[in-house]
Amino acid sequence: MISKSIKKTLQSLEQKDISIRELNQEYIKKIKEKSNLNIFIHFEEQKILDQVTELEKDNSNKRLKGIPLAIKDLFCTKNMPTTAASKILENFNPTYESFVTQKLLDDGAIFVGKTNLDEFAMGSATDTSYFGNTINPLSADDTPLAPGGSSGGSAAAVAANLCLGATGTDTGGSIRQPASFCGVVGIKPTYGLCSRWGIAAFASSLDQAGVFTHNVEDASILLESSAGFDKRDSTSANVKIPNYFENLNDDISGKTIGIPKEYSIDGTPEEVSQIWEDAIKVLEKKGVKIKNISLPHTKYALPTYYIIAPAEASSNLARYDGVKYGYRSKEINSLDEMYENTRGQGFGKEVKRRILIGTYVLSAGYYDAYYLKAQKVRKLIANDFNEAFKECDLIVTPTAPSAAFPLHQEQDDPIKMYLNDVFTVPASLAGLPGISIPYGKDKNNLPLGIQILGKHFDEQQVLNGALSLERSNG
Amino acid sequence: MKIDKNTINKIARLSRIKIEDKESEDYIKDLNSILDWVEQLNEVNTDKVEPLSNISSSILPKREDVSKDVNSSDEILENAPDKLEGFFAVPKVVE
Repeated sequence: MISKSIKKTLQSLEQKDISIRELNQEYIKKIKEKSNLNIFIHFEEQKILDQVTELEKDNSNKRLKGIPLAIKDLFCTKNMPTTAASKILENFNPTYESFVTQKLLDDGAIFVGKTNLDEFAMGSATDTSYFGNTINPLSADDTPLAPGGSSGGSAAAVAANLCLGATGTDTGGSIRQPASFCGVVGIKPTYGLCSRWGIAAFASSLDQAGVFTHNVEDASILLESSAGFDKRDSTSANVKIPNYFENLNDDISGKTIGIPKEYSIDGTPEEVSQIWEDAIKVLEKKGVKIKNISLPHTKYALPTYYIIAPAEASSNLARYDGVKYGYRSKEINSLDEMYENTRGQGFGKEVKRRILIGTYVLSAGYYDAYYLKAQKVRKLIANDFNEAFKECDLIVTPTAPSAAFPLHQEQDDPIKMYLNDVFTVPASLAGLPGISIPYGKDKNNLPLGIQILGKHFDEQQVLNGALSLERSNG
Repeated sequence: MKIDKNTINKIARLSRIKIEDKESEDYIKDLNSILDWVEQLNEVNTDKVEPLSNISSSILPKREDVSKDVNSSDEILENAPDKLEGFFAVPKVVE
């Protein structure tokens, strides 16, 4: 029996209860058994065994030596293709390694494969992938559920125990929401804590890498390995990365927790409100001060996000032109026709929808009315949090307005789909760190999640709060 | 309706994305509903509010302005759909 904890697995490896090879062979077996869930875009047994062989020759001490991790297929990896779940990058083999994955490799992690996601991370159900849906491992046999998105493959890989941890990226909730849907821990650190270098860009002022794990302790271990300053990303923060794991402390008595009244939204299912109240009561019992706070511009976060993110995406995705890498259409009688056919055929519907809307809001005559306006409202949203954090240390909310929903349920109505991110987007716009931990169940026995937000670069306190809540959760 | 057939064609052209006639109906519907929905931002008074474009609280770092000689053209061309004598190749532009 292999532990689901990175910490315990490292101990087993050290005590030679299990070898790196045996451990990873066990995970290879699990991945093969669950291939029906379509969690991986790229999985090759031999590549995992090759990494094991390399590590066996290495006598140095590494903090993640031999630990099997899954990598969202948005991170460029030298050893495996990188598709961003798009036809336009179907055959792309990066010649370089992303900052985050290089750091994990340097620490001795083993990559078991590249996980499925919404195309270019645009979606909330992992249903816009060119490589098909991922199925939430918690689904009952007759109703396949969505794993959430965009990092749905990574969340599902951890939930199905096909790895001990996984990387994700979060632009408006793409780590926290799938973590909630799959019943695992997912942390999005402060904007700038993990370098974006080598991650296919979606919305650069919002994109941030983070991790999925089975528990909060492991999240602290993996976050420490992924974070750090990188001069190749101009928004990378030059801050000292604390030893999150060593400093973990579940005693948060005396801290003040803010409860924003604007997060009580009409139409939120009773069970979601219930677990929120339960979490607040539990924290109160632990000696935390509860303070009602107000984030008055919360309701404007989603429309702000859905101007800014597509605008930045339309600019970032201009690089996919069929010239430098990726797919090129066969119908190319002229240069312009090549661009238009390549992009028309290479991108999926949601990506095209966002490029079109982004192009519109940036186009002459509309820039001030949409993009500039959204940036100003974004400032007000960020100010709300600055004010709130003068009165509290952490903010606690639900992660998502529902548990996992059936596949294909909300695909046809973009706005309904966007509402999934209602609790996660505001913190993204403000660049704040946030974690989702599994907390309680809905009436169908599906996991729900609690989100804990902290001040910029206060990941330690976010992790401590999460640990405290996790340990009270049976 | 903010977006009609002409507008969608214009945006598609600006984006260099070919959209089929049958698709464009869907995009017109979707984009209009999204634009109607974001309209609510006009309720917010943003006079005298500075736009927020960079949320990193740290100051952008400077580096020494020194040139570096890197010859990586083979690497750069490795994923090119078409290449010729060390260059990216594209369809003929001038007749």
